[in-house]
Amino acid sequence: MTKRDTRPAPGPGTDGDKGWIARLQDLLDEFYTAPYRGTLARARRDEDDLFMLFVFAELMGVPNPASYYTLELQPVLLERFHEWHRRQGLDHSPLDGFRCC
Amino acid sequence: MNATLLSVVGLGMIFIGYRFYSSFIAEKIYRLDPDFETPAHSMRDDVDYIPTNRVVLWGHHFTAVAGAAPIIGPGIAVIWGWLPAFLWVILGTMFFAGVHDFGAVWASVRNKAKSVGALSGDVVSPRARTLFMIVVFFLLMMVNAVFAVAISNEFQATPSSVIPAWTAVFVAVGIGILIYRMGVPILWPTVVGTVILYAVIYLGEQFPIELTGGLLPVGAQWILILFLYAGIASLLPVWLLLQPRDYINGIQLFVGLGLLYGAVVIASPTIVAPAINPNVPASAPPIFPLLFVTIACGAISGFHGLVGSGTTSKQLNKETDARFVGYLGSSGEGSLALVAIIAATAGFATLGDWEAMYSEFGNGGMTAFVQGGARIVSAGVGISVEFAATLLAVMAVLFAGTTMDAGVRLQRYIVQEWGTIYNIPILQNGYVATVAAVTACLLLAFGAGGPSGEGGMLIWPLFGTTNQLLAGLTLLIISVILVKLGRPVRYTLVPMVFITTMALAAAIYQLGNLYREGGILYPLLWIDVAIVLLAIFTMLEAGSAFMREKRAAEAAAGA
Repeated sequence: MTKRDTRPAPGPGTDGDKGWIARLQDLLDEFYTAPYRGTLARARRDEDDLFMLFVFAELMGVPNPASYYTLELQPVLLERFHEWHRRQGLDHSPLDGFRCC
Repeated sequence: MNATLLSVVGLGMIFIGYRFYSSFIAEKIYRLDPDFETPAHSMRDDVDYIPTNRVVLWGHHFTAVAGAAPIIGPGIAVIWGWLPAFLWVILGTMFFAGVHDFGAVWASVRNKAKSVGALSGDVVSPRARTLFMIVVFFLLMMVNAVFAVAISNEFQATPSSVIPAWTAVFVAVGIGILIYRMGVPILWPTVVGTVILYAVIYLGEQFPIELTGGLLPVGAQWILILFLYAGIASLLPVWLLLQPRDYINGIQLFVGLGLLYGAVVIASPTIVAPAINPNVPASAPPIFPLLFVTIACGAISGFHGLVGSGTTSKQLNKETDARFVGYLGSSGEGSLALVAIIAATAGFATLGDWEAMYSEFGNGGMTAFVQGGARIVSAGVGISVEFAATLLAVMAVLFAGTTMDAGVRLQRYIVQEWGTIYNIPILQNGYVATVAAVTACLLLAFGAGGPSGEGGMLIWPLFGTTNQLLAGLTLLIISVILVKLGRPVRYTLVPMVFITTMALAAAIYQLGNLYREGGILYPLLWIDVAIVLLAIFTMLEAGSAFMREKRAAEAAAGA
């Protein structure tokens, strides 16, 4: 059994300190965002996935003219690497020299 | 009959349904548990699964399900008189739609927020899932075609609505860019956008746009323009058009409902239409079973189950919120259908005017709502009838237009998925898939409505029939889950049997009608044949699922 999630729900809370304009703003914001949150996050993730491909292209034998610049991003993006290759349908790391799983 | 009294009685009954019946269903049948960990918590990813304030969630559910359909359906169905439409909308909302929407959210929340489509495969049988997918495809094709015809008719009936309705597209794009790209806080784009939207209604009145018949009839020109737009719109990023358009519509829905009910209370008009129409035109089909498919949204609609189990269930903070979101969401739609009935029956000066509007079955609809509603709003609020008519026409057109945007987009996804499943690379291309989706809808609109597309409202009862079949399938899933849990099943099974029987009877009745209308090659006839088969399969599937579960329950009791 996982521990119950106690993080607060985003959006309009019962924060009594906020003025009514701020609360209205929060309500409208949530009303605007919530139905499409998933769609937009997925679109953003698709863009990020493409970027990951550029950054790790050389390691997979695909020539990348910008590798001089993307090389230094690799350590930063490594922690997202595992999730990324799983999303691309590869159960195990496609890189010989680097095994995350 | 006084319209204020009717609205008080109607809204009062809906409230009683929420207060007592939904509470009974929540406690005794679905047995909601405030401590149950909903998927929004157990599977939280802050993307799809995220606990959301129940008022916001209700707002989404309500605005997603309430669109042009609860306006058009009652607008057509009052041809039999106001009483049958009133009773079906109110009792349907209380005992059918509420339980259905609420149940779809509950069933999904109890099953890892799976959609009703996925649940039909898991709970009933893989065959039920296939049935479900076919019904959804038909539903999408028909909704796009019929809404294009309805908008085209409305643009011709109220030419002053053309400029404001198209301006709304640009206002939406402006709001989308301001919020998403420039990070402007939402309040000001909302205020300015709404003011522009209502200000251009004056502009529309000054410059009504009427297309002239050239190579093509006017109706056909509008239908082509609308699908060209819907095709392009469905390819644009969601944040640029669909999201802000949905948002604007939500605001319009609340403003429109407030305005209409406010005007009904102030003006207190008398219903000129008869309670039961003794002079129903010869072209009208029998009230039994056609009333129950002419009004789908507003009484019960399978589309709600898709919304409830698709996005709503992933965001439900507590299981007990399902009652507020699901039942009250459908109550909101029932109240829109109720005001549509009042507009289409009390908004006419004399019985003669009303009878002139309803000289043939399929007339009325959006036009009766706009013209009747405008007279009531004008009398209540003091604005001119023309201005009020443009305002209501824009509201109805925007609802239908947004449904088309989303509908074409969903159809494109389906075509692309077929491309993947059957390994046809060209169909996987977004542009090709959009053209294929739009072409299918155009063929249906013109195939049904002739070269001008104006007869396309014949699709309406078929659309309602398909919608009711979907509702029947969803109620079947909920009932099977209840049987498995050993709980009373009649509160979902009786509506399921009733609505599926009505859908089957209506589909069979329409076979003869459609054959007389267009002969053996009429596309709607063949769609109707498919619907009859789907309805029969649904019933067989339901019977077999119940027998199986009953045997399982008996075996468990014997063991």
